[in-house]
Amino acid sequence: MNNFIRKYYYGDIPEDKTGSNNSDSSQNPPLGGGGAGLWPLWEVFIRSKQGLDHKHAGSLHAADAQMAIENARDVYTRRMEGVSIWVVESKYIHASVPEEAGELYEPAEDKIYRHPTFYDLPDEVKHM
Amino acid sequence: MPNQSTNQLINYLLSNGDNALIIGHRNSEWCGHGPVLEQDIAITNISLDLIGQARNFYQYAASLIGNDSNEDKLAYLREAIEFKNCLLVELPRGDWGFTVLRQFFFSAYQFYLYQQLQQNKDEQLAAITAKSIKEVTYHLRWSSEWVIRLGDGTEESHSRIVKALDELWSYTSELFLPAPYEEKMGIDISGIKDKWIQKVNEVLCEATLTAPSPKNEHTGGKQGRHTEHLNELLKDLQYLQRTYPGMEW
Repeated sequence: MNNFIRKYYYGDIPEDKTGSNNSDSSQNPPLGGGGAGLWPLWEVFIRSKQGLDHKHAGSLHAADAQMAIENARDVYTRRMEGVSIWVVESKYIHASVPEEAGELYEPAEDKIYRHPTFYDLPDEVKHM
Repeated sequence: MPNQSTNQLINYLLSNGDNALIIGHRNSEWCGHGPVLEQDIAITNISLDLIGQARNFYQYAASLIGNDSNEDKLAYLREAIEFKNCLLVELPRGDWGFTVLRQFFFSAYQFYLYQQLQQNKDEQLAAITAKSIKEVTYHLRWSSEWVIRLGDGTEESHSRIVKALDELWSYTSELFLPAPYEEKMGIDISGIKDKWIQKVNEVLCEATLTAPSPKNEHTGGKQGRHTEHLNELLKDLQYLQRTYPGMEW
């Protein structure tokens, strides 16, 4: 059980694995002395239009959340891709462990009855 | 031959177009050299916004000039002495601190200017500036945050932006010295100046910076008296059209 909830770090986050709120901001100089190498990595989620979900768009480096949102605006929405942006520091994402893929996902493979594929959809119902 | 008030409008459009083109070109020099990938993209996005604004001003000016004037000729075939941009925008890009502080000064000016111009009685000018003000609002926000970040950052970032502030400050007064062609455009320049000073002081204060006391002021760009830097810039900007006239992509 303990193994299952082990925190699995995602992406090329810096050595310092404390959250940006906990760390001394002077250790993350905006420029010089290593530049973006010292900035934490952020995951970017973009909502392409109202009513749709935010979808993962990619990641980027930024010194803080505000800069991350602005960077995301410049990097990921310059071709009108979005109406809303979420960012979250990559270190706060807990990911499943790839080696456990067998026990996690394979048991679902032979349970096709979990898919709603045994119904005939009327033609009038769209977007399913 | 355009009459006197049309001539004034043409010069005024050129002046606004030149400001946008020249600072846009200066920012574009960061392309591929930005301090980090994300900011490289941010500054080149801003360049493209500004060059797009320049095109709108030039297209309108060209339609008033008539003959076979067009936006390309206005950008690529005028001499430095014909350019009416203020000196602030032609200075070399310097370091990142210099670039963002210059952008901040200029964007704050553009913001309050466009706020007025979007209600101008000339409908075309009003439409151009109303369309552009959203871009400018973002430029102002982006550059303000960088000024604060660097000013209130590390010892090195602070000392660099202090140096930029010392160098740039004496170029800011030209923004508010109306050239003859600006005087009858129905703009309240002193109103713009008051708001600009307030905004600048606000941001500098948050950035733990203080505006230097005014020293000698550099002016003349709006009347075509430029620094040597504009010649250098135009050599680069106009090289292709001058070497291969009429060349297209």
